Amino acid sequence: MLPGTNTNVMSETLLDPALFVCPAPIAVRDRIVLGHGSGGRLGANLLRDVFFPLFSNPVLDRQDDQAILQFGGEQLAFTTDSFVVRPLFFPGGDIGSLAIHGTINDLAMGGATPLYLSAAFIIEEGFPMETLQRVAASMADAAAAAGVSIVTGDTKVVERGKGDGVFINTTGIGMVRQGIRLSANQARPGDIVILSGSIGDHGTAIMASREGLEFETTIVSDSAPLHGLVADMLDALSPNSPGLRCLRDPTRGGLSATLNEIAAQSKVSIEIVEKNIPVRDEVRGACELLGLDPLYVANEGKLVAIVAPEAVCDVLAAMRRNPLGEDAAAIGVVGSRHAGLVTMRTPFGSTRIVDLLPGDQLPRIC
Amino acid sequence: MRYVDEYRDPQIAHALAGKVAATATKPWVLMEVCGGQTHTLMRYGIGDLLPPGIELVHGPGCPVCVTPLELIDQAIRIAGLPNVTFTSYGDMLRVPGSHSDLFAARANGADVRVVYSPMDALKIARDNPHRKVVFFGVGFETTAPANAMAVWQARREGLTNFSMLVSHVLVPPAMRLILESPANRVQGFIGPGHVCTIMGFREYDELAREFHVPVVVGGFEPLDLLEAISMLVSQLEEGRAEVENQYSRSVDYQGNIGAQKIMREVFTVSDRKWRGIGEIAASGLVLRDEFAAHDAERVFNLAPLSVKEPAECISALVLLGQKKPADCAAFGKRCTPMTPLGAPMVSAEGACAAWYQYKRHV
Repeated sequence: MLPGTNTNVMSETLLDPALFVCPAPIAVRDRIVLGHGSGGRLGANLLRDVFFPLFSNPVLDRQDDQAILQFGGEQLAFTTDSFVVRPLFFPGGDIGSLAIHGTINDLAMGGATPLYLSAAFIIEEGFPMETLQRVAASMADAAAAAGVSIVTGDTKVVERGKGDGVFINTTGIGMVRQGIRLSANQARPGDIVILSGSIGDHGTAIMASREGLEFETTIVSDSAPLHGLVADMLDALSPNSPGLRCLRDPTRGGLSATLNEIAAQSKVSIEIVEKNIPVRDEVRGACELLGLDPLYVANEGKLVAIVAPEAVCDVLAAMRRNPLGEDAAAIGVVGSRHAGLVTMRTPFGSTRIVDLLPGDQLPRIC
Repeated sequence: MRYVDEYRDPQIAHALAGKVAATATKPWVLMEVCGGQTHTLMRYGIGDLLPPGIELVHGPGCPVCVTPLELIDQAIRIAGLPNVTFTSYGDMLRVPGSHSDLFAARANGADVRVVYSPMDALKIARDNPHRKVVFFGVGFETTAPANAMAVWQARREGLTNFSMLVSHVLVPPAMRLILESPANRVQGFIGPGHVCTIMGFREYDELAREFHVPVVVGGFEPLDLLEAISMLVSQLEEGRAEVENQYSRSVDYQGNIGAQKIMREVFTVSDRKWRGIGEIAASGLVLRDEFAAHDAERVFNLAPLSVKEPAECISALVLLGQKKPADCAAFGKRCTPMTPLGAPMVSAEGACAAWYQYKRHV
């Protein structure tokens, strides 16, 4: 999610304890700042310092995008996400479709078939009824297209000025196939990193349509439900094959945050190859203009897969047959150099670190 | 992508690096003046392509890094005043003052907004006549004309609710300070391409002559920098100390005359304190008296602040090219982008942040 909060994403193990020997006062915030919602280090600290110690239990402590619950012989995936996008309508989607796709994708990254969603709305006084209807209709269409039902919900209205139009929370339940166990702690040295398509489309589409930054572009958000693509990937593997280790959708914080999370949780290093990472020309151009790095820009219809070397050909072939994975590419390899370190080989043959940002990516001054 | 990919061709990069290796017969220490150039050098790992004798040191050209602590503290004070909307480029919000930053001011209720141009701030002032709109006018000669234009336009429109907190600095006096230092190690400069787009490169003739140091005005793409390095090494090997222009697609000798005119009309040169370095004579710009009504320091009439920088931070030596970020005992330990002790760790263009992000234990 762009500036939302997702409480089951981050890992405390990604933080190098050496960084916290003597924190300068500025890192210890006595109030929430926007950077706490950015998918960078501030957000990770928030989970580490506030929520994980208080809520700790074996299911949560897995720290994946979804909880996996055992019911007799069945495995259920369970997740929740809140959506606070501005503008509400953007090229390629709107807050309604995004709220459906986002939660479906968090379930799908656990290997689940999404089944049921809840929808909760916090609406600001004065919000136009017609707009609410458009958002709800978009949710209904997105849910129907994805084959999920919205089975429960809630509405609250807050005073004018106490909200930003409408905030949406969706919670989802899905069923995980027998024998499937995906987690960000399962990457092993020698595994291959696969990316399902071009990065940065969603974040740049949102930025380009934001007030104060009007530039004309054809970039559209990649917002899409990924459970069909995931099903195709699982079908390509023999039952109970451990070939697929982990799936993550690189939303808030972009590809960089996702790879850093996987590297930290699995205690491995990851090296990616810059020229293998698909980035659309329009997105590159917009990022050049704004001084942003596409590696840190949000996606809403892409996934990263960590795959055992022997399964790579089958998984890639299956992905490329699906329209949502037609540009899928192997972009890197898991190693054992420094646990938690992500590096990138540049087109010049040199190597650089791909780090988590402290907070939001900030447009540069000149 | 056109106008970008042709300046990032790996084959040409290796050919240029090979040319440097073939030309250099002894070690040379070169400084890239601009933070944007530092960023490119790090991002593409250009140092790794060069022969080991060519040492690149990072210059003081990061506007975020050299904005003095006192001014950040003043910005936070102004932002916290009632009825004020404080506007700034995004990366200034995270720069720590002596005890806080503008992000924290915003979390405490101040109306702090990120804008992409001073003209956006002017529009906010126009649309909100009852609010005092302040723009944080930070940067080198590059951003000065647009800031000058915003103030000039505000006066023309009679927008009395618009003012600017000015922290403009100039490149040539900082280069002079580096060259005059007895500890100076820099033997050649990659000149600041964006600054020279505005100012031309006349000003650098005097420095090159006086200190017998070559200056090559360079761009910001990997091939720009490799070509500039190659030109500098050729000059040094041949014993020349000239000002040359690698970035000719953007820079000419005279610069942008119109931009210089509006700068002169609105700003005047003054002494200026640089964060981590100290006061440098005639190294900054302030608003002329005719524009006092739009000068935030005068409008809000705040008492001057005096604050100390963390004793452990060696940012002055880093900014002057005498130390590398990794030479600092606090680097990567007590000083990280999350816990910056000094400004070069704050901005993406800052030398310490660039090292931290791209070079730490690779």
